[in-house]
Amino acid sequence: MMKFRFRRQGADPQREKLKQELFAFHKTVEHGFPNQPSALAFDPELRIMAIGTRSGAVKIYGAPGVEFTGLHRDAATVTQMHFLPGQGRVLTLLDDDSLHLWEIVHHDGCAHLEEALRFQAPSRPGFDGASGLPSLAHITVVLLVAAGDMAALGTEGGSIFFLDVPTLTLLEGQTLGPDEVLRSVPDDYRCGKALGPVESLQGHLRDPTKILIGYSRGLLVIWNQAARCAERIFLGNQQLESVCWERSGHTVVSSHSDGSYAIWAADTSDSPTAQPTVATTPYGPFPCKAINKVLWRTCASGEHFVIFSGGMPRASYGDRHCVSVLQAETLVTLDFTSRVIDFFTVHSTRPEDEFDEPQALAVLLEEELVVLDLQTPGWPAVPAPYLAPLHSSAITCSAHVANVPAKLWARIMSAGEQQNPQPASGASSWPITGGRNLAQEPSQRGLLLTGHEDGTVRFWDASGVALRPLYKLSTAGLFQTDCEHADSLAQAAEDDWPPFRKVGCFDPYSDDPRLGVQKVALCKYTAQMVVAGTAGQVLVLELSDAPAEQAVGVASLDLLQDREGFTWKGHERLSPRLGPLPWPAGFQPRALIQCLPPAAVTAVTLHAEWGLVAFGTSHGFGLFDYLRRSPVLARCTLHPSDSLAMEGPLSRVKSLKKSLRQSFRRIRKSRASGKKRMVAGSKLQEANAQLAEQAGPQDVEVTPVQRRIEPRSADDSLSGVVRCLYFADTFLRDAAHHGPTMWAGTNSGSVFAYALEVPAAAVGSEKRPERAVEAVLGKEVQLMHRAPVVAIAVLDGRGRPLPEPYEASRDLAQAPDMQGGHAVLIASEEQFKVFTLPKVSAKTKFKLTAHEGCRVRKVALATFASVACEDYAETCLACLTNLGDVHVFSVPGLRPQVHYACIRKEDISGIASCVFTRHGQGFYLISPSEFERFSLSARNITEPLCCLDVHWPRDATRVSHRSRESPKLNQANGTPGIILAPQSCDGSPDPICKGADTPEPAEAMLSPMSIDSATSADTTLDTTGDMTVEDVKDFLGSSEESEKNLRNLSEEEARACAILIK
Amino acid sequence: MNRGHRHGAGSGCLGTMEVKSKFGAEFRRFSLERSKPGKFEEFYGLLQHVHKIPNVDVLVGYADIHGDLLPINNDDNYHKAVSTANPLLRIFIQKKEEADYSAFGTDTLIKKKNVLTNVLRPDNHRKKPHIVISLPQDFRPVSSIIDVDILPETHRRVRLYKYGTEKPLGFYIRDGASVRVTPHGLEKVPGIFISRLVPGGLAQSTGLLAVNDEVLEVNGIEVSGKSLDQVTDMMIANSRNLIITVRPANQRNNVVRNSRTSGSSGQSTDNSLPSCAPPPEPSLELGEEDSDDDDIVIEDSGEPRQIPRAAPSAESLESLTQVELSFESGQNGFIPANEVSLPPVASGARTEFETSAPDQKLLEEDGTVITL
Repeated sequence: MMKFRFRRQGADPQREKLKQELFAFHKTVEHGFPNQPSALAFDPELRIMAIGTRSGAVKIYGAPGVEFTGLHRDAATVTQMHFLPGQGRVLTLLDDDSLHLWEIVHHDGCAHLEEALRFQAPSRPGFDGASGLPSLAHITVVLLVAAGDMAALGTEGGSIFFLDVPTLTLLEGQTLGPDEVLRSVPDDYRCGKALGPVESLQGHLRDPTKILIGYSRGLLVIWNQAARCAERIFLGNQQLESVCWERSGHTVVSSHSDGSYAIWAADTSDSPTAQPTVATTPYGPFPCKAINKVLWRTCASGEHFVIFSGGMPRASYGDRHCVSVLQAETLVTLDFTSRVIDFFTVHSTRPEDEFDEPQALAVLLEEELVVLDLQTPGWPAVPAPYLAPLHSSAITCSAHVANVPAKLWARIMSAGEQQNPQPASGASSWPITGGRNLAQEPSQRGLLLTGHEDGTVRFWDASGVALRPLYKLSTAGLFQTDCEHADSLAQAAEDDWPPFRKVGCFDPYSDDPRLGVQKVALCKYTAQMVVAGTAGQVLVLELSDAPAEQAVGVASLDLLQDREGFTWKGHERLSPRLGPLPWPAGFQPRALIQCLPPAAVTAVTLHAEWGLVAFGTSHGFGLFDYLRRSPVLARCTLHPSDSLAMEGPLSRVKSLKKSLRQSFRRIRKSRASGKKRMVAGSKLQEANAQLAEQAGPQDVEVTPVQRRIEPRSADDSLSGVVRCLYFADTFLRDAAHHGPTMWAGTNSGSVFAYALEVPAAAVGSEKRPERAVEAVLGKEVQLMHRAPVVAIAVLDGRGRPLPEPYEASRDLAQAPDMQGGHAVLIASEEQFKVFTLPKVSAKTKFKLTAHEGCRVRKVALATFASVACEDYAETCLACLTNLGDVHVFSVPGLRPQVHYACIRKEDISGIASCVFTRHGQGFYLISPSEFERFSLSARNITEPLCCLDVHWPRDATRVSHRSRESPKLNQANGTPGIILAPQSCDGSPDPICKGADTPEPAEAMLSPMSIDSATSADTTLDTTGDMTVEDVKDFLGSSEESEKNLRNLSEEEARACAILIK
Repeated sequence: MNRGHRHGAGSGCLGTMEVKSKFGAEFRRFSLERSKPGKFEEFYGLLQHVHKIPNVDVLVGYADIHGDLLPINNDDNYHKAVSTANPLLRIFIQKKEEADYSAFGTDTLIKKKNVLTNVLRPDNHRKKPHIVISLPQDFRPVSSIIDVDILPETHRRVRLYKYGTEKPLGFYIRDGASVRVTPHGLEKVPGIFISRLVPGGLAQSTGLLAVNDEVLEVNGIEVSGKSLDQVTDMMIANSRNLIITVRPANQRNNVVRNSRTSGSSGQSTDNSLPSCAPPPEPSLELGEEDSDDDDIVIEDSGEPRQIPRAAPSAESLESLTQVELSFESGQNGFIPANEVSLPPVASGARTEFETSAPDQKLLEEDGTVITL
């Protein structure tokens, strides 16, 4: 035994080196919309936006491609975020009353978000609390004053504390208690009642000494901090929700819990003011909900904007999520589908400007971000170049298409543009434009397809960091669903008042669950695709550049093949609309095949060259010739004793759905209640999480869980589910003649191989003649261990996977070696095996489950390019297990190469959603709305590379302070030249910079970097800790240059450095 | 009997040793120089000479001190046989084509002669009437204890052979804590334990596994650090040929080793293997490993035969099939008992095998080279 193990793991140093050049694991970027956002901030100077989430994540967005992510150590909800304008620093307040200062720092020419300082409010004021000293418990609001040097913290007790921001230390003696304020308030207002919590703190744009304080009870005070006296007092009596101070300082707007807002004149001299100049309840007279936030923005035209959230009539529209925009006589009630978290306007903040002149309104909702252009009449929505709500309808499946040809790309783009006519100003009107994207234009176009519960397929540009929506295909129009009439009725019944306007695209309600998309396949050369759904519908579509009106041919295929004793108790099949239907430009249906019984399609594959589509359900599989619109083959895979399948899988479908929903809920819950989410770079967090997880079960030892050890038997239920389908041109009958074949694998370890008779295309034509296709069963393989077959692939004589249809004939891939013996790779949940062809005998295998105790969930063949050698690449098998680990195996030797922990094993939906690309990257859902992108390849990495021109004074005292606070961080920041890891952005395989769990990254990095410092000599090796403003700029500039230089270097040279590192 | 061959034997000289050789019904007696036994080839030639079977391929076996029939097929086991013979070296010769490898150790002839005593059933032959037992190939092992000589005495490595579905494996495992001695003193570490045996199941019927036995390895892979689900999956993946190493909860039934037996050819004396096991082990192994993951391929061929499932229908499909088992080797590598303690036997049998089943041998090589 030992002998064998040694032989297997014999570490060949050359191979180890090669592995480092081929494989490296990084989680690179999170695509989509942050799950459960809870706070929003905008820096008008840098034009960047920050979103905080309930799990403690901080995400900063600027121009497309500019993204920063950070995660608080304690996974508490981020309740407020405030940018220090222009400094690239953001102060966050968590619901555990801690304040955190994050800053964007530049390493190696790229900017990263790092936590610099934290401040935990003392929970108890100490024993002298009884003496009347106010306590700093429950911070309700934060205001940055004096250009961000000082922060005012309003508390639930009504006190205001002041904090020195650069050091995050409390400024003693400046605290403003409610008593001090009450002294200037007339007695009859005081009448023994407390002022309540501080609800709002507003600074003045031009006079930093003045603060507008709003107390919950309704009192508004303009406080002069320098003179420590109340300048103006407004005796509001309505419970206060928020306050806005107009830029000139003459007007104060307050919003209240009864749905009203009031305007107070601050330039009159009579203080205290008892009555507002105007008080309105916009949606009165019936009781209204509170106006949570109000903004007052002035325009040169004199018609100011009042923008507020909430305030809807409680009885009739109390459940709506609305933001109202009022300018002069124009009122628009923006009606959103999810809760409003916060909103801001993009407007001028230069003190010398007289008016705000708001350009745009950005509203952060629970499920999406909506931006309206306030300068264009009608206030149209601006399409967001990122933060796409992936989950606008729940994602049911996903697929990745690599190397999309430019022609298809352009056609999809144009189809998408016709769907969503862009405003004339186009993308330039996106107001959040901070930072610069340093990433190169992606070398190839990657398309991510997501299938959704409502029957849509969305096409996303996954080439770069920003996941951009391209096109949306809806299949629902082909079918008659019950809900349509109800919808139109509801629309008609709506009143004109309030003037609702539906905004946003998040729509979680599916008309009909049967529309859900289960499988998608796209042929990128012919622009044909197949979409298969929950009710057994298989739709073949083709991209057309012009709208068309046409009828769709419908065929149905009985997969049971006269199996006795079967009654389907599941859902009905969808009834298609007959007759010619109008189809917009884009993918238009060519054929519809409906499987009988209408169980969900579990596997689908398309061969555009042969004009064939194969599909499988839990009952069997079928083959359909969509050129001739005729079925070729139907085969039942049910085991005779599979009683469950016999009855129909309604209960199963339901329970599966239920369990999925439950797991999503569990994820959400665990996320909300402080769980650890893995974000690239937060290794410590990961380690802590693992520690906590490991410690758990030991403490709770009373788990009498036991597992039965019994092999799979043939009559397990669900054994007939078709798991994978595959087309290949290979040797099935004999070693002399190759030809089209189709392969199908089932849940019980059966593999069926059919030899196909496809009429050969005439010379020079890609269309095959319209003769019937025939299928003959060639082989049937029953894997002895009966594990579900996850994937099948045929390898050519050189051991490489066969190219996709048309790939070879269009010279886009090397033609397969048809001389040497072919082999078929069959991946089951438990093992991988390579069998020879045409005589099926086992050649190599790897028993993953027997060795590791884990099961295969997803596999894909991927090409891994070397970082050290331009044209060296290996095809390997990437595999995701049920434990969330990713393994890579050589092909066809099936030797384990590397493995990495990728997804938490509890994250079932994450594991189920994983999709690999053909170049060693992958995606999985970390929440219903976010894809995490990871890469296994050392060369092919897509990660944010961006920089931001920040300027903030940094003095020596601060640095010394920091070193005391966290020495490691200081080291990291204070020695930029050494930290500078020039190759890391190019995907250097240096494991220290990127991946591994080195506890002291900065220390460990010293040695490798010193070796290659020659290559980065021009990047300031300035090891002094302090940096003046110029220094920073200088550093930025020079490192940018080096960055560019590096990019201009041919890749070999860059990689030569990478070799040096090792 | 040809007395002529005894001429030097009667002397009882210290340097010589008496050899009694049996071929079929004939005996030959002769003597050998104990200190200079020579090479196996010479001895083989001598035997052919004395039995007057110069051109017959034969298989040579001897009875060792424990009464086991062990083969002589190379210099090493020849010397071992000579050195342990006391005072008489009993040789048994079989024609190769008639040879019954699995008969080693259990030959009825041997039993009748009471030359070899079966350690497992020492008194079987005495009381009971003669039972006609079919050829040992028709037997199959249900379980065995293996690797006794390389494992600590506190551990037990049990192999369960699962055939078909007639009998469930029949046990459950659970999480638990086991106490280990570490440099830091006693420590509780998580472990996997057998929690339940199904009455009538394979695990219970062997008597080799018991509730609360700690599972240490599954088919050679340590389970420490693996979760209950992982271990479950590993066991199920290996269920056709499951080898689990346990630390029995009851340590009183452990095999007691002594240097003598473990120094000798080992296996048959130490192990409570079914008596048919030792020399033919390779052949058995091959068969078992095959069943371990032999996938069944149904191919189309010229003549119509039975189709396992309903033919797919409407189309003019002629799925003409024939079932064949594709052999591939045991590559699990869990046969160190043979590899380690019985090298002569294994190699001898293997050469034999090459001739009889070249295909299998080939595949076995493939498997070993590639998968292990």
